[in-house]
Amino acid sequence: MTSAASKQVIIVGGGHNGLVCATYLALAGRKVQILEARDEVGGGASTTSFAEGYKVSGLAHILYSLSPKICTDLKLETAGLQRGAAIDTIALDRDGQHLTLGVDEASGAGLSQQDRVAYTAFKQEFRNYARTLEPLMMNKPPRLKDMDRTDLLTLGKLGWKLRFGLGTRSMREFLRVGGINIYDVLNEVFDNAQLKAAIAADAVIGHHMGPRTPSTVLTYLNRLRWEIHGQQSLPPGGMGQIANALSKAAKSAGVTIRTGAKVQKILIDAGKAYGVQLHSGERLDAAIVISNADAKITFLELVGALELDAMFAQRIHTTRSRGNVAKLHVALDSLPQVSGLSTQQLGQRLLIAPDMRYLEHAFNHAKYGEYSEHPLLEITVPSIADPTLAPDGHHVMSISACFAPYSLKQGWERQRESFSDKIIAVVERYAPGFSTQIVARELLTPVDIEAQYNITGGHWHHGEMTIDQSFMMRPIHGAAQYDTPIAGLFLCGAAAHPGGGVTGIPGHNAAQRILAMGAGL
Amino acid sequence: MKKYDAVVIGAGHNGLTNAAFLAKAGLDVVVLEKNDYVGGATVSRELHQGWQYSNCSYVCSLFRPEIYQALDLGRHGLEVVPLQGSATFKQDGDYFGSYHQPAVRRREIARHSKRDADASIRFDADLMKWCRLIRGFLLRTPPDPASFKPRDVMEFAYLLKRFYTLSESQIYEFIRFFTMSIAEYVEEYFESDVILAHFSGGSIIGTGLGVYSPGTAYVLLHHAMGDIDGNVGSWGFARGGMGSLTKAIASSFQSHGGELRTNSEVEQIIVKGRKATGVVLASGEEIDAQVVISNLDAKRTFLGVMDPNDLPADLLHRAENFKIRGSSGKLNIALDGMPEFPALPEGSSLTLGHMHFTDTLERLERAYDDWKDDRWSADPYVDTVIPSQYDPTVAPAGKHMMSVFVQYCPFEVEGGWTDAKRDAFGATVIDQIAEHSPNFKQLILHVEVRTPLEIEAEVGLTEGNIFQGELTLDQLMFNRPFPGYAQYRGPVKNMYMCSSSTHPGGGVMGAPGTNAAREILRDLGRRDSTPRDFGDD
Amino acid sequence: MVSIIQSPLVQHDAKQVLLPSPFHPRIEQHCLVKNWMSWNGYQTARVYDTLASEYFAIRSSCSVMDLTPMEKYRISGPDALSFLNRLVVRDVSALKPNRVTYVVWCNDEGKVLDDGTIFHLHQGEYRLCSQHHQLDWLLISSLGMDVSIVEETHEVAALAVQGPTAYSVLSAAGFDGLDQLKPFGILHTQLDGFEVMVSRTGYTGDLGYELWTNPSNALALWDALFGVKQRGLYDLRCIGLDALEMVRIEAGFIMPGDDFNTAETTVRAGHDRSPFEIGLGWVVNFDKPHFTGKQALLREKDRPIERRLVKLAVEGNKPPVDSFLYDGKKGRRIGTIKTQIWSPILKANLAMADVEYRNGKLPVQIWAEIYYQKELEWQVTWAQCRISDVPFWTHPRRSATPPQNC
Repeated sequence: MTSAASKQVIIVGGGHNGLVCATYLALAGRKVQILEARDEVGGGASTTSFAEGYKVSGLAHILYSLSPKICTDLKLETAGLQRGAAIDTIALDRDGQHLTLGVDEASGAGLSQQDRVAYTAFKQEFRNYARTLEPLMMNKPPRLKDMDRTDLLTLGKLGWKLRFGLGTRSMREFLRVGGINIYDVLNEVFDNAQLKAAIAADAVIGHHMGPRTPSTVLTYLNRLRWEIHGQQSLPPGGMGQIANALSKAAKSAGVTIRTGAKVQKILIDAGKAYGVQLHSGERLDAAIVISNADAKITFLELVGALELDAMFAQRIHTTRSRGNVAKLHVALDSLPQVSGLSTQQLGQRLLIAPDMRYLEHAFNHAKYGEYSEHPLLEITVPSIADPTLAPDGHHVMSISACFAPYSLKQGWERQRESFSDKIIAVVERYAPGFSTQIVARELLTPVDIEAQYNITGGHWHHGEMTIDQSFMMRPIHGAAQYDTPIAGLFLCGAAAHPGGGVTGIPGHNAAQRILAMGAGL
Repeated sequence: MKKYDAVVIGAGHNGLTNAAFLAKAGLDVVVLEKNDYVGGATVSRELHQGWQYSNCSYVCSLFRPEIYQALDLGRHGLEVVPLQGSATFKQDGDYFGSYHQPAVRRREIARHSKRDADASIRFDADLMKWCRLIRGFLLRTPPDPASFKPRDVMEFAYLLKRFYTLSESQIYEFIRFFTMSIAEYVEEYFESDVILAHFSGGSIIGTGLGVYSPGTAYVLLHHAMGDIDGNVGSWGFARGGMGSLTKAIASSFQSHGGELRTNSEVEQIIVKGRKATGVVLASGEEIDAQVVISNLDAKRTFLGVMDPNDLPADLLHRAENFKIRGSSGKLNIALDGMPEFPALPEGSSLTLGHMHFTDTLERLERAYDDWKDDRWSADPYVDTVIPSQYDPTVAPAGKHMMSVFVQYCPFEVEGGWTDAKRDAFGATVIDQIAEHSPNFKQLILHVEVRTPLEIEAEVGLTEGNIFQGELTLDQLMFNRPFPGYAQYRGPVKNMYMCSSSTHPGGGVMGAPGTNAAREILRDLGRRDSTPRDFGDD
Repeated sequence: MVSIIQSPLVQHDAKQVLLPSPFHPRIEQHCLVKNWMSWNGYQTARVYDTLASEYFAIRSSCSVMDLTPMEKYRISGPDALSFLNRLVVRDVSALKPNRVTYVVWCNDEGKVLDDGTIFHLHQGEYRLCSQHHQLDWLLISSLGMDVSIVEETHEVAALAVQGPTAYSVLSAAGFDGLDQLKPFGILHTQLDGFEVMVSRTGYTGDLGYELWTNPSNALALWDALFGVKQRGLYDLRCIGLDALEMVRIEAGFIMPGDDFNTAETTVRAGHDRSPFEIGLGWVVNFDKPHFTGKQALLREKDRPIERRLVKLAVEGNKPPVDSFLYDGKKGRRIGTIKTQIWSPILKANLAMADVEYRNGKLPVQIWAEIYYQKELEWQVTWAQCRISDVPFWTHPRRSATPPQNC
């Protein structure tokens, strides 16, 4: 096929990773078209209005992980990207003994000098581990047999960083703790229960894991690596603003974006993808197709098992991707009052995670298809920094609540309200009077996230980020280097390495891979 | 004063194995045991008249045949009889039996799920792949990843070469197996609840993790990679109880001229000029030796019998943080007759094997939740065997001996253990069994209930951890017991470790003791008396 | 309590180790030497009387063998054909109703899991027969498809009636319409008021049929056949698996699990085999829609295979049991014998052997090192071997329609 239309690159799904991938390819001269099922692009980075006059970040609500390399490469600042001011994490205490966790320092009345010192050392040490994994991040995961030059280089860099970057002592320590749980590590290092829980919360939010679950050191490192590059913030206008910047950058690079265009099928002939078919029946030819959708949607729905080897399809089918987090949006007629917390502090990232046993108990429920009796909450009040999100004097609060399993035994329809009440009751304990301030509320369960954002299981990360679903096993081996068993079909979303978060990295890596393979011309 | 070539602290099976190989190589060796009997956690004890309890470890299969052969344990009186299959009883009155006869085994799985019967072929073959790989590492010293010594580099190259006998997809599947939870691993094969539970149980035995905790799939190998005469994964019972195993090793040791001293508790390892020179007994007696080998777990070794001043600070820190949480209890029961299990067909052979009463993954996981909160499991996972059915030496004629291993039971319960709590724990277990055996309670003549507290007090396993240290990734291979100390050598010269706290860890395997002996003989420039791995078979 | 008992056997303890087939009451009478073995868990005769008498029944008159233990799966539903075509390496889309075809299927790595036959029973309804248990793989392969897969091994009783007089025997037993039944054809017919499906299929290289019926008719079917013998019309003999082994090697059929390791049970990398490596490249169709293992098999073009399963005639009369094969007498070791027999009809040692296949070429000079006994004294000898591209033995009777000279 030599027609002009056939030379375009089609990206299925205009999530942040799809936009990043599209822009890189367009900058390299490819003709790229994004097909987005929803009315807006950005995927998990969105701003939604959940009640008249109240706006909030739809899914992700804190910006902490957008890769600086991507910001620079795609000139996102020129495209209007505003990060907002850096925020700290504040672990709330019912008696007002709140803890503030900065990048390097922790403070709070109840914190011993020993724990403060330990915190600084711990963060530095763990950031070093995260740095060690860095060569793996901005590259395709190496294959472990039949490696190509890129793979050898990646493995070489990794080995070098491990052996010489860390030094003997830290290397030994990294090899010891890398595969285990955050619970045991934190118990070795700290005394303060609240401090431990606040750190552990970072390791478990978004995952089907409690602090005692092995793999949580890895998920913690995954989150921590962003501190190497920047800080967490609440972007003005919500996360939709990030999507807008990405979209603008994409368009100015020449990317065509079509919204409301839901792809039904990836068209394949003789093992090669040659286009897509929309739900409307319209067919579009393409030189290559890149999927920003998760692995199950991509392979089992858009491609179909018939085009795949049986065990490959089965392994995709058994990947674990059931969401664990519900999102509660609350419209408030005034600012909530938390004893001992200034308004400025209320505008930070707030955690309700009193101790690790609390988190573990919260997780226990999720194992059996129940929501947490006492959920772990990550709270932001973005309207403090950005009053445009709510009517004058009013506020919006955005709460990520763990654990809210996708497969709830009784079904979400019957328990949606009771879980919302539960979350509000927990907040009420820290902010007396909170429930009377509520004007409107909206709960997004994983089932809603699945329906609204087209993510299987409503999983934040398009799949659990345990070791067996990470690196060269993400989403599964055989499709972990962004190319897939279908020639001309690539993955660029969070289902691919290095996984979820508004990072843009899977999109970046996929683009690099496609360009290195010379595909899409 | 006499100076020995080697003194071994603790007459557990690894201490005895280690000592036996040293003696076999011509060294003058003494083994010191605090109790008045040898065996450590591998013992048979007459705690009720006429009954021999294997009151800690109760079955064996992991014990390496290479060691068995090299120490000539058959001639020293060891007889291991294979167990016949296993069963899991369901709450609805049915059961699942895992038979050794292939046709029957297959049909029984098919009774619960036809698909699972076929999937078990894939499951067995895959497990065999990982067994093959890991088994080759058991009788080898782990290389130090931080070292550039030719020996470590060569060993790494060797391991890598072995690893690369796998195909590319097998490599990834192996990494997945190594890091996954047992529940999620078996769910990739099976669909029937009882079969999922049956094949998962082994992975939590002795482990402070649940069936859904990543890393537990690997623990399955610690229970599956043993074999008896080539029957992989099959378990055996030592005639006369597990004490027969340690008695045979002790006898082999003595036949090589070794000296065994019971009632000799070691107070401290003497270190002079950063060299171990001997030990002091609780009695005050000093025993000099060229090398000192500790069969105590890593915590007891470094925090118990060594002077902190003799140790580097980082090692003390490591020892303090060594994860050795007790998670298991044990009941030894003298029975007036054979209990009935009405769910089983009349005359069923399944009572000859392991019996379990937990039929879903959820029940297994909930048992773990209790332990996390410092409670014994209200609905525990038990592994029950009645060895007296084929070993007439462990109970009087017509009577029976039942050994019940219980997962989970914490070392510390809220408010501390009391006699009443221990009895309540025992009652929980007995009630669970009695649900499936109506005459069980009436048959009970005597029960010995052992919480981790008793196991620690009697055997000396810290916190009653049966593996002498948890089998998690931070404490395996070159991390066992601590990074930088995984080659059996202690922090001071002439001091060694040979316990299950070292690679490859717990289970009555004998491998740590053997590997340590090899390293000691190497340092002493003596002939290596330890066996080579039989190799791929 | 939910009943989940699916097994044909309600009594499920270990006392009855091997299952009786529906023909067992008769088989037990015919089996004089009681030499039993397990075939897929069924009690199956290895030999009934003497091997020679059974072999010659197949080759010169008529033999009857119980096929019930063969794994059988009923495959139906809207996606049945797409499912099958994606499962196997051969293109089965043109398989018409009442036709049978030989197939193999592979795992993702292009290694053979098993071989078998697909029977197109009625429009859109199929039966897959396989050597080994395949339900797990079939269900894995059915992900996302609207297809029903039912294991029916015990629900279908089957007999193989093979040999030069097979047609005559069946006709005498009351089967009509077999004269027009072509090889690999299926005939749905009636015998004494019950339904029997007859397929002209077999494993012997000679004229032969396979009869399929409900287990409740098993004994009636058997008695109808052996009534022919009782009436003194034709001789008829039960044969065991040992005789079958002889004729299947003569006819050049391979046996998964014996001639090569099936992929599912392979533990060591490289010990499994692709269709090309076992000489079944001819069934692989790269032009049809995607099938499992296709890409891996295509890659074999870049990385040519290094081993081939071949049919080997070994000179002399010393049995090359488990023999090593060498490139030239006492040369480099290049392979091993997998299975072998003495062929009474050819007076030759025939074998299936795994040999080196370098640069697309089979070895030219193959010698077998044979250990054999003379009255408990071991001897060693060398025998030259010859690769056969065609079955060692077959007969025009096999395919003549209507059957000739029988």
